[in-house]
Amino acid sequence: MKHSTFFWFVLPSAFLMLLFIALPVVSVVTQSLYTSHEQVLVTVENCGPFGCTPVTSIDQDATQALQAEKPLGKWAGLDIYKDRNHLAFAEVASAWVNADGLPDFGKTLMNLPFYKAMAFTLTYTFVVTPLTIILGFFIAVAVNSVAKALKGPTIFLTLLPFIVTPLVGSLILFWMVDARGILGAGLQWLTNNPDLSVKASTPLMWIMLMVYGIWHAAPFAFVVFYAGLQTVNTDSLEAAMIDGANRWERIRYVVIPHLFPLVTFVALIQLMDNFRVFEPIVSFSAQAHATSLSYAIFNDLGGETRLLSSAAATSVLTIIGIAILLSPVLIRTYRDFSKPS
Amino acid sequence: MANKATAQPLSVKFLATSFLMFWLVLAAFPFVWTLWGSFKVEGDFFSKADWANALFGGLTQKETGGSFTGDGYYGAFVEEEFWRASLNSFIVCFSVVTISLTCGTLGGYALSRSTHRYAFWFLLFALIFRAMPPITLVSGYLLPFFEWNLWGRLSTTIIVLVAINQPFTLWMLHAFFKNIPKDLDESAMVDGCTRFQAFRHVIIPVMWPGVITTGLFSFLLAYNDFAVTSMLLSKDNQTMVPKLASFLGTTQTKGNVMFAVAAVVSITAPLFVMVMVFQRQIVSGLTAGAVKG
Repeated sequence: MKHSTFFWFVLPSAFLMLLFIALPVVSVVTQSLYTSHEQVLVTVENCGPFGCTPVTSIDQDATQALQAEKPLGKWAGLDIYKDRNHLAFAEVASAWVNADGLPDFGKTLMNLPFYKAMAFTLTYTFVVTPLTIILGFFIAVAVNSVAKALKGPTIFLTLLPFIVTPLVGSLILFWMVDARGILGAGLQWLTNNPDLSVKASTPLMWIMLMVYGIWHAAPFAFVVFYAGLQTVNTDSLEAAMIDGANRWERIRYVVIPHLFPLVTFVALIQLMDNFRVFEPIVSFSAQAHATSLSYAIFNDLGGETRLLSSAAATSVLTIIGIAILLSPVLIRTYRDFSKPS
Repeated sequence: MANKATAQPLSVKFLATSFLMFWLVLAAFPFVWTLWGSFKVEGDFFSKADWANALFGGLTQKETGGSFTGDGYYGAFVEEEFWRASLNSFIVCFSVVTISLTCGTLGGYALSRSTHRYAFWFLLFALIFRAMPPITLVSGYLLPFFEWNLWGRLSTTIIVLVAINQPFTLWMLHAFFKNIPKDLDESAMVDGCTRFQAFRHVIIPVMWPGVITTGLFSFLLAYNDFAVTSMLLSKDNQTMVPKLASFLGTTQTKGNVMFAVAAVVSITAPLFVMVMVFQRQIVSGLTAGAVKG
């Protein structure tokens, strides 16, 4: 394909991505280096019958003029990254010095918003991703072995948790585990503890969020593995059986190696999606117990005072996190491409 | 299939079937439960006193006179103007799907036919863009959008969603176009077509299965989005999902969670129909990227 033709064909897509993905990243990085203006203070002599007193007040007009003139705010350098809401260097350093052993240090760290969000995001990503893959694999194997007539409806029902809006899906689960909902009441009955409430307990909240994550994503893994199972070579299966492999060994040594490229694919997509975990925290109103990086950004952006610089700094840190997470995959893709074929 | 390697003893079959049944209940029961509960009053939907109330609607009968009530739906759609949000959702989804497919087919086609190195870099960058959480981009949009007075409009949100959608659309359509033999459009070009004419007369007639599948996923992304729509739309222009989220704030205090329950069911219903009609396309779309590797 000629260069010029290629250029015209990809122009609309490239233009959109440049304008709304690449430039915003630049904008985010810039914003994170600025902080909002301090209010302009004026001191006036307030003279009354008992003499003059200096009064300091906010000059609203001047503040607004400054805001209009330089909407970005004033230059802050890396200060925002270092403050308590982000990397919190000072706090971490003092915690490191004063901490009474590692667990104590960890506890102090968990009180800092950024590290708290990071801890949940990473735990969520690395617990949900493998469990999703395992559950998806077992569903695929099970569907593959039931009667043909059952397959259609099974696939239909299985797709539901994946297709439904994350905010809605998590809300549905949240209502069910509410202390007055069917699952919540069931849990209370099972544990014989009428005060048990998922909303009030941090560990239970974390577990619920992860259960939701697995419930939501397992269908995706299932569909991919199910498609892969259709292409397993029956000759190799038979050969393995003749060689004396039992059912499990056939799965272990024939089916799983066949599906392995698919596992990396699912893992890649899941890592990307789980790292941005966000909607379930809104639905579960879990912010007191668990926040994620995406939720922290959302929280800064919403509300009366939009903390743009703070949100921007968290965004930059999130993007760096994603880059680290994906670097092995990107390097591999690059190598595969560069290989002389 | 009378194949020994794939034949199974009864015990394995039983185990697989029961595991599957368990999963299906897990997957489907929450939806059934919520649909059933949405026609009750709050006391029945959250029935602390007697779980049978949730099934038979004891309190619903006392409060409204029947076992089922449409009060939640009435409150959501009429009192809280959820119909406006549905309309907005429709406008947003329709526009996003149309625009992103138009840009995506052109780009995806070019990417699948170009053998130059920059095509690979283009796709790699698209993959990186795909990995970025939308909310990080939103924090980059807000300040410029406020400054240029673009914030709050449906059109802005549509363009943003199209852009966020592009990396995925390009990857998917690129994979689909790769499966259409090169000879098809190349022979048309030998016969004197330009590249665009070849695309227009030879590729477009055969590309629909791929385009429909990709369109479904574009639709899902626009329909399910919360991060972008909740931050970039003003109150009047909200689509269904952010509107639902705003119910959670207001209705909890009013003691009327049922509006939110009705809204949840209303958001789920179109998706339900979509899965029913397009099951095959969704499955093929999910596997398209994987099979290609």
